[in-house]
Amino acid sequence: MRAYWETAVRGYRRYATYRGATFAGAFTNTIFGIMRGSVLLALLAARPHIGSYNSSDTLTYVWLTQGLIMVTYLWGWNELALRVVSGDVAVDLSRPIDFQGYWLAGDLGRALFHAIFRGIPPVLVGTLLFPLHIPLDPRRWLAFVASVVLATVLSFSLRFIVNLTAFWLLDYRGILNVATATWTFLAGLLIPLNFLPDGPRGVLEALPFAGILQIPVDVFLGKHQGLDLLGALAFQALWAAALLLTGRLILAAAVRKLVVQGG
Amino acid sequence: MVDRLATLTTYRRLATASMRARAQYRLTFGLDFAAQLVAGVSEFLAILVIFHHLPRLGGWSLPEVAFLYGLAGISFALTDALIGQLDTLGQMIRMGTFDVFLVRPLSGLLQVATSDMQLKRLTKAVQAGAVLTFAIANLHIAWSAGKLVMFAAAIGSGAAIFSGVWIAGSAIGFWTTDIQEVVNSFTYGGNYLTSYPINIFGVWTRRFLAFVVPMAFVAYYPSLFILGKPDAVIGLPALAFVTPLIAVLTLSVGLGVWRAGVRHYRSTGS
Repeated sequence: MRAYWETAVRGYRRYATYRGATFAGAFTNTIFGIMRGSVLLALLAARPHIGSYNSSDTLTYVWLTQGLIMVTYLWGWNELALRVVSGDVAVDLSRPIDFQGYWLAGDLGRALFHAIFRGIPPVLVGTLLFPLHIPLDPRRWLAFVASVVLATVLSFSLRFIVNLTAFWLLDYRGILNVATATWTFLAGLLIPLNFLPDGPRGVLEALPFAGILQIPVDVFLGKHQGLDLLGALAFQALWAAALLLTGRLILAAAVRKLVVQGG
Repeated sequence: MVDRLATLTTYRRLATASMRARAQYRLTFGLDFAAQLVAGVSEFLAILVIFHHLPRLGGWSLPEVAFLYGLAGISFALTDALIGQLDTLGQMIRMGTFDVFLVRPLSGLLQVATSDMQLKRLTKAVQAGAVLTFAIANLHIAWSAGKLVMFAAAIGSGAAIFSGVWIAGSAIGFWTTDIQEVVNSFTYGGNYLTSYPINIFGVWTRRFLAFVVPMAFVAYYPSLFILGKPDAVIGLPALAFVTPLIAVLTLSVGLGVWRAGVRHYRSTGS
């Protein structure tokens, strides 16, 4: 357990080194929050209620998702793929610690850093500029934190699988780009899943991507209460477990064909 | 003149070589196109979903917003394809690879731009072109010679404005490579902004976009003239006619910042 903890701490510190980049990233997330918020405000002026969202729910959605982009690392996580391409993955595989667990621990440490420095600042700015819906109930916050942790594990399980394709493909970037573009939409970053017509909405809400942004935000807004809340968290946990397992199977297949040269 | 021609030929040669290199990884090449297509289509889907809930956004109908989106999208795609590689300037400076460009008898800007020509970036132009076609088919524009000229000028001017902003922003890398991502707010952010009618943004944002970072001239002002709509910034739709002038100005400022950056540049010292 100690090894995983230390790995997580290293994951946090690794990102803490780049202060300027962190500031620049948070700045950009904020600017996009303002733009997305303005576009949806124009929509809300004409239609204050869409799906189960009122105006402040929608604006809160915009800002929370801007804050969650880096926590769940929606775009371009390729650390594992780079280790595969360089061959360093052989070192990772020979560590006396579970391979997937090792990467997950590092990713959770990273997520904590991004939550504090890339997640909270844009949302604070959003709170100043727009009428957001911020709950005061501590239980709500607790459920939200749990949901964000699950969302991070869920997104990690997807990123882990995509990165593993580097074992088979000379250039993993194509797959990574397609995956990123696809789940940016399916997770609901461009438009809340709530706003979609019923048919497509039902489909997207059943896919794992709904657990990355939509569910944490809905938990924050109190759209899930009591048993329904447990159901929402279970949805995230079950998808995460299934995808982590799939990742392990793919890893096993990759290791079987892996040849380590030299030494 | 001969010099200019030689530069263009060199640009073409470097660009082609770089594109061929990309095409060697066939699967990635194809997947990159797919990724760009998915990204472009989802952007427009988001607009369609908005119009699923209301008939007009800030007084603009779906075909009108589609016109704006298509026009801005084509300009952005051209810029991205020609100089999008500038995004890697920070990395080149950190690794010291930019120095190699400086000792060659060719513009550094041109060499960075052609260091990795990604044809996939034109996918966005095709997708935006399709949206524009849909818009024009549904708009019943009374085309005149003036409007046609404005249309052509809008695409070129839009690309020049995006380029000017992109070059100036990237050149910040010569002073500090730390905060490079801020540039994304202006380049990709600019693309997002120009896809929507400017009147949905606050008054000061509008003025900022019209007179400071002139994104309002990318698609908004030319579209006002072509579609015959009123101006929401200062009530002067005739500003559409200064678009090419603004474009030349923005591009010149961008190139000026770049030259100042290169003069300031002292390498990483390793």
